[in-house]
Amino acid sequence: MHYLADADLRLDAGPIDYAILIIYFALVLGIGAMARRSVNSSLDFFLSGRSLPAWVTGLAFISANLGAVEIFGMTANGAQYGLPTMHYYWIGAIPAMVFLGLVMMPFYYGSKVRSVPEFLLRRFGRFAHLTNGISFAIAQVLIAGVNLFALATVVNLLLGWPLWVSIVVASAIVLAYTSLGGLSAAVYNEVMQFFVIVAMLLPLTFVGLHKVGGWQGLVDKIAPEVKGGEVAGSTADQLSSWPAMNLTGIGSATLSVLGVVFGLGFVLSFGYWTTNFAEVQRAMSAKSMSAARRTPLIGAYPKTLIALIIIIPGMIAAVLVPELRAVKAGTGDGSVTYNESILLLIRDLLPNGMLGIGITGLLAAFMAGMAANVSSFNTVFTYDIWQAYVVKDKPDDYYLKVGRMITVVGCVVAIGTAFIASTFDNIMDYLQTLFGFFNAPLFATFILGMFWKRMTPLAGGLGLIMGTASAVTVDTLNRVGVLDLAGQGASFVAASAAFVVDIAVSVAVSLVTKPKPESELRGLVWSLTPRDQLRHDDTGENAGWFRKPVVLGAGVLALTVVLNIIFW
Amino acid sequence: MAEKKKAGLFDLRGILALLFAVYGVILTGMGLFATSQEDLDKAAGININLVMGLVMLATALVFFGWARLRPLAVPVTTEDGASAESDH
Repeated sequence: MHYLADADLRLDAGPIDYAILIIYFALVLGIGAMARRSVNSSLDFFLSGRSLPAWVTGLAFISANLGAVEIFGMTANGAQYGLPTMHYYWIGAIPAMVFLGLVMMPFYYGSKVRSVPEFLLRRFGRFAHLTNGISFAIAQVLIAGVNLFALATVVNLLLGWPLWVSIVVASAIVLAYTSLGGLSAAVYNEVMQFFVIVAMLLPLTFVGLHKVGGWQGLVDKIAPEVKGGEVAGSTADQLSSWPAMNLTGIGSATLSVLGVVFGLGFVLSFGYWTTNFAEVQRAMSAKSMSAARRTPLIGAYPKTLIALIIIIPGMIAAVLVPELRAVKAGTGDGSVTYNESILLLIRDLLPNGMLGIGITGLLAAFMAGMAANVSSFNTVFTYDIWQAYVVKDKPDDYYLKVGRMITVVGCVVAIGTAFIASTFDNIMDYLQTLFGFFNAPLFATFILGMFWKRMTPLAGGLGLIMGTASAVTVDTLNRVGVLDLAGQGASFVAASAAFVVDIAVSVAVSLVTKPKPESELRGLVWSLTPRDQLRHDDTGENAGWFRKPVVLGAGVLALTVVLNIIFW
Repeated sequence: MAEKKKAGLFDLRGILALLFAVYGVILTGMGLFATSQEDLDKAAGININLVMGLVMLATALVFFGWARLRPLAVPVTTEDGASAESDH
């Protein structure tokens, strides 16, 4: 079955395209080698010595998320569902990023913790810390395997290299630069990857729009989505972002909007963007409180606009590419799926030269995705598992060494995961959804813990476990058919359940257990933190109205509202 | 402002300028000298290599100029929030 797909997708990469690819990876390794010189302590290795400027951490912040799942997933959603996909950005990511920068970052950066689990340790003690530390470490290393497998599949499809060769080569490159240069190398490469991805997506959008006859041409030619002989998404559904019933699969318009706003916007996105250490780590590596708060806010601007150049090409692909037109009309022969939208569009639109940029952009994105997983995994493993529970009180260079070693282990496990994924790819899909559920209750625990000083250590741990369990339960019920939600609605409902259960369990447990003494909660709970500890220096390089977090946050929210209205 | 010394971590803007200068030259060259009718048809009549090549050269110039105008420097005393580097 897959043979046909292979033949269809093989790109005509010429020597120039390979040259472009090789130049890129030479620079990637060069950055790793150069960053090596600035690594003198474990903090340099794991958090870039808290020295990076805000524009670098801001771009790395969104780049770390711009991996295989995002690029394939969001173009695929664009092709299948159309404009409602924008909610993942404008309702989902942006408000959460603004919230992180304005409300949560002062606690993360101000308390000087080195990871998100470490914040849990200080706020709730060991139970919550271990629960989160271990689940995060396992999730990251397995997701690194997913990214690696996605990358190998693409290399295999596009260039014809055997799967195992691409898996080994790609992981060797990631290992080389992350173990040499630590987070600095990962972050610098993420920024470089960001620009190359944009250089790939911009021409796809403009050339694509030109080819379909502009925006009006796209609107005229967009086709209804047919599944099993029935229209699953009309053209009207695809051309207005609300109420997104084709996206959520929820039959009532009101409930669909509620699912998007509460499930996707509030729970899933806030959970992901504000508590996922792979993201927050980028902000923690900023050089000052001001820069740390600006990190997600600066990232939010390109994130807002990238929605346009990632989703619109998806919609264009479903109009221009014959194979995808067949898929959408329900007459596809199974040789391609929506997931291949971006590959097919690159094949059909870009000549040699730009083709090389396209291939480089995709590979760079998947590799940076894996590097983000690996660099957050090694930090949490070293600080939150090894240093906290296994080998305590050693000098700093010992932990730097452990960090480098565990990076190797992480990459090797990721290779193993990638090989497992190559035989059971449905399992990987499932795992990925599952790990998404760890984040939803985490946000509930954080937000309650930051604003309610009465919340107890036991409540922190139990809330997380019960919240995750309820998300898994809802998801399983949907998979076996007890609940009947097509589309993406199931994960919105599962995440909402996790949030509600986490809050309920945490409040109930807190009321019957003993809270931590207030003296230990300074800097961790809003009401017990002196106000000036949450403020940051706004003189010198942090001066200027345009560097004020509130102004940056309000600006990006205004931009998002305008875009929401335009694409209503 | 504090006394400055050379930054420990190298400047990313130089690397970005280098990357886009090289890519810009390659793509502009492809656009000018190696564009077939087939390539043009693929991209609906737009010489996309030439356009993106020029855009990349411009991007390289921006990063180069930015790095020249506001060079990277770190103060000798790196106290939280009080560094004197200016590169944003």
